[in-house]
Amino acid sequence: MTVNTPHSKSVPPPAPAGGVSWFYDPKIRGYASQIIVVALLLWGLYVIIGNTQANLTKLNQNFGFGFLTQAAGFDLSTSLIEYSSTSTYGRAIFAGLLNTILVAVLGIIFATIIGFLVGVMRLSKNRVVAGAATLYIELIRNVPLLLQIFMWYALVLKPLPGVKDAHSLFGIVFLSKKGIVMPHPNFGPGAWAGLLFLVAALVGTWLFRRRARKLQDETGKITPVWLISIPIIILSPFIGLALAGWPLAFDYPELKGFNFSGGMTMVPEMAALLIALIVYSATFIAETVRSGIQAVSHGQSEASSALGLSRGRALRLVIIPQAMRVIIPPLASQYLNLTKNSSLAIAVGFPDLMYAGGTVNNQSGKAIEVVFILMVVYLSLSLFTAAFMNWFNSRMKMVER
Amino acid sequence: MSLSYVRTIDAPKLPAPTTTAGTWAKLRERFAPTPLSGLGTLVIAVFLAWAIWSIFQWAIIDAVWTAPDREPCNAPGAGACWPFVQAKALQWVYGFYPIELRWRPNIVFLLGGLSLAGLLIPKIPFKGWNALFFFLAFPIIAYVLLTGGRFGLEEVGTEQWGGLLVTLIVAITGIVASLPLGILLALGRRSKMPVVRTLCTGFIEIVRGVPLITVLFMASVMFPLFMPPGINPDKLLKALVGVGLFSAAYMAEVVRGGLQAIPKGQYEASMAVGLSYWRMMLLVVMPQALKVVIPGIVNSFISLFKDTSLVSIIGIFDLFNIVQSGFNDAKWASAQTGNTGYFALALIYWVFCFSMSRYSQFIERRLNTSYTR
Repeated sequence: MTVNTPHSKSVPPPAPAGGVSWFYDPKIRGYASQIIVVALLLWGLYVIIGNTQANLTKLNQNFGFGFLTQAAGFDLSTSLIEYSSTSTYGRAIFAGLLNTILVAVLGIIFATIIGFLVGVMRLSKNRVVAGAATLYIELIRNVPLLLQIFMWYALVLKPLPGVKDAHSLFGIVFLSKKGIVMPHPNFGPGAWAGLLFLVAALVGTWLFRRRARKLQDETGKITPVWLISIPIIILSPFIGLALAGWPLAFDYPELKGFNFSGGMTMVPEMAALLIALIVYSATFIAETVRSGIQAVSHGQSEASSALGLSRGRALRLVIIPQAMRVIIPPLASQYLNLTKNSSLAIAVGFPDLMYAGGTVNNQSGKAIEVVFILMVVYLSLSLFTAAFMNWFNSRMKMVER
Repeated sequence: MSLSYVRTIDAPKLPAPTTTAGTWAKLRERFAPTPLSGLGTLVIAVFLAWAIWSIFQWAIIDAVWTAPDREPCNAPGAGACWPFVQAKALQWVYGFYPIELRWRPNIVFLLGGLSLAGLLIPKIPFKGWNALFFFLAFPIIAYVLLTGGRFGLEEVGTEQWGGLLVTLIVAITGIVASLPLGILLALGRRSKMPVVRTLCTGFIEIVRGVPLITVLFMASVMFPLFMPPGINPDKLLKALVGVGLFSAAYMAEVVRGGLQAIPKGQYEASMAVGLSYWRMMLLVVMPQALKVVIPGIVNSFISLFKDTSLVSIIGIFDLFNIVQSGFNDAKWASAQTGNTGYFALALIYWVFCFSMSRYSQFIERRLNTSYTR
């Protein structure tokens, strides 16, 4: 016996007598409104393209990306690739992109470390520690990032002494108006031995950890894996280099005339941008971490202490793995924000993608093309970060049995 | 197989717990639960004391309080240069708005403040009328009063506006424009019509994927090209268009969160009683969804308020830009002018943003009455 319940999909509902007037048919209405939307859009595009063409002819310009191969004629204060004012516009934008990526990657690494630390500190039972973390978060995140960049730039980095009387750290790192100058490592032949030893140490640690886990499963004994491995990992490249006859030379900065020669320089603009980005983004990451940890139910930490886990082990083995599932998605959007915020470099003149794009536009007048390139590049950076974080998220997801 | 990690012999007896009652134990639990933690307390306390003392010394003890010009601030060892702030305070609020016409922005501030207070304080009635006033009538009144040129009011060009006035205009225009646009975009993104959905999703994701600076840059260089030849839109208007589109995309995601929080039964029930799509949204779904996202709206207003400082990069004299441009005034340029200006600026932004975030938390607590441990 079959009964037509409202849920059975096989039988269509009976049409009302006389049918629905076509005017009220949701299907026809749907098509009609979409056609209207498309028509409006096409009309808008038509008007905009017409206007733009008229404007461009008035300005004696035409649309095209040929200008990218022309000489740029402006300098960038710092670049990861060979760049001079005779390089092309395309190369200028590429150098800017590399600078953006450099700042974003360094910023993400340090902001994550500080953010996790502060987030855990804010939940500490110690009132002073928790209070200091709260004070830091509430002070920093309520002030615009742009202002903070300027404050770091003007209040901390500008009053630094000139090159002549730079602050020096052991005579190898110099701090002055020109920025931070550090020794630059030069690897000679045979330097691969250091890398080889490092890889060997990492593989060894992995095997050691597996063995320690097996031992714990069988006997319940806990081996202090990291206490033993971390010094070995840190020391291994040096051992490798020493065995290969130390094929490593440092290019030390030296004061020559009015500037340093040799070494590698972090320009003050980049230092200001990076410090401000890290300090600002860390507050948001800390809040994300705090809410993630708080989202793990109390029963979990109570159960861990009932089992006799110390506070640290409870955090590391029980709380953090569960909190990570809550933390990662908002963390991903904080990383995206940091990458996008690095475009504020333009305010202090650090040559990132936005700065290079803006300068290219000023010189060549190719507004549409430049904006198009900027948007495509920033979008792909965002998509790349989002894809990476999605992959990471799927790895950290709860494995349900 | 036997479980080898189950104990067979007794563990050594732990010492009896130290007392957990009394002032001393409480103090220890709060400030030094472990020796390492106690060390942390000490280090942080010393650092905080040093930081607070240095700021206090700079801002109060060594500060210059009255001066006709920069001379006292240039003296070695001088702290904050407060006379600079005093001399510039009115310019920071109104920009270059003609002095004899400043009653007009004052009325706008007053009307906006009263209406906003009425909207934000839960006890005040007539929320609907108030919202109608704030989102429809107030922008028109503010526009007419500030620009002038009508009803016998003298015309004031936007190049004369500045300071906090412009910062608030950009932030409030952003939020007022983004709310309806954001709601439409959020509805579009959840629509069943593929064309509408694709367009809305595309717009939201593209705008959210690029920095605000790029959007402002686009608005300032491309917007004029899109207009019929010969029309060059106002600089402030270009920035407002950029900010409006940018915040609409973010608002759309906030609203979408609220829409997703509404149980499906609400939609089904409204359709069952025969409501059309728009009446369902207007009468049943939106009132519930918008209430849920009030904290989200306040939060996005906070970040919008901070982001308004970016319009200074495209050459608009908002609060940030006007304070900074004051540093070069020959009468006041001194060693401490910049520090004082940035300090005051940070304080102003902080007071605004912190009070808004407190308000957002207050609303969140009011809406969330569930049991918490």
